[in-house]
Amino acid sequence: MGLLQYFRKDKPKKGTAKLAKDRLQIIVAHEHSSFDVPSYMPELQKELVAVIRKYMDISSHDVKCEFNDRADDDMSVLEVNVTLPKNK
Amino acid sequence: MAKVIVVTSGKGGVGKTTSSAAIGTGLAKTGAKTVVIDFDIGLRNLDLIMGCERRVVYDLINVINGEANLQQALVKDKRVDTLFILPASQTRNKDALTQEGVALVIEALKADGFEYIICDSPAGIEQGAMMALYFADEAIVTTNPEVSSVRDSDRITGMLSSKSYRSEKQMEPVKVHLLITRYSPERVEREEMLSIEDIDDILGIDLLGVIPESQDVLSASNLGEPVILNQESDAGKAYQDAVDRLLGTPRDLRFVTIEKKGFLSRIFGG
Ligand SMILES: Nc1ncnc2c1ncn2[C@@H]1O[C@H](COP(=O)(O)OP(=O)(O)O)[C@@H](O)[C@H]1O
Ligand SMILES: [Mg+2]
Repeated sequence: MGLLQYFRKDKPKKGTAKLAKDRLQIIVAHEHSSFDVPSYMPELQKELVAVIRKYMDISSHDVKCEFNDRADDDMSVLEVNVTLPKNK
Repeated sequence: MAKVIVVTSGKGGVGKTTSSAAIGTGLAKTGAKTVVIDFDIGLRNLDLIMGCERRVVYDLINVINGEANLQQALVKDKRVDTLFILPASQTRNKDALTQEGVALVIEALKADGFEYIICDSPAGIEQGAMMALYFADEAIVTTNPEVSSVRDSDRITGMLSSKSYRSEKQMEPVKVHLLITRYSPERVEREEMLSIEDIDDILGIDLLGVIPESQDVLSASNLGEPVILNQESDAGKAYQDAVDRLLGTPRDLRFVTIEKKGFLSRIFGG
């Protein structure tokens, strides 16, 4: 190994800790928001689709359910959005 | 008032047992009657780290099943008068660890005058770990400066606030402390390792202490002497600081920056 290489090898590899922190911040934030979502949400969405289908012709993607449980609020919000096809 | 303190982490091999032994010993040295309970059913280890493995006769599961009473199962430490350990069973399966059983044992320990009940949790989020944390008043979340350990610590902190007795009974939440172990200031300096600030940013838990990576931890386990008893050692001193803070005495952080090196070792990067 040449002298130059020796010094280069010794040179610290900067920045992997920074990447570790960034990745952790993203995954931890994601896990916090998904842990708060009740486990019955997929079932609820399916049943809502079934009920609306009795009256209208919609696809299962037309019903969007979102659950929001923010720590700084003292209530949770269940948001249901139904997009209806036009002229039907 | 007796205090139940769980030492937990989610991830295995981060230093829970080392920390339980050290902190339990440190608390007992103040004269407070202290017991360290090994919840790692099937993988008993605390007895070895505390150096009392040859005096274990009965275990936690024996007490829960009524096959032995508490006095028979408690192993008294040879060095610190007020220190006891309650070993884990080496043979039974984890299902033997019932919530009712653990409740009875903790009640009996309190009635017996124990002031600190330290629960050394197994890894994971299964029955053993959940039972170790269920009755906790305080928690010491043990974390290595490494991605998987930090993520698991966050998970377990969530469990403490949703799956503990205190949360279920809507009492004041479990008081959670962060203990960073195996910290290497050199590697942090080289930006190879998450720093104390990084971990704090992500977890947002009160910092109880930072234990440096230290060869003395291995020699302490070889000897069966909790590392806190070695006050020559940086790790031992850092554990003592953590115990002092736990008892309310402020202590500055030590061993978190690079030691000043001599000229020669500096140019040779030793
Ligand atoms: N501060 C430290 N420095 C060096 N090695 C450590 C330190 N803390 C723990 N270890 C080592 O890490 C390993 C796992 O420790 P242990 O306390 O058994 O972890 P856990 O109970 O979380 O599985 C052991 O070999 C122990 O000697
Ligand atoms: Mg252990």
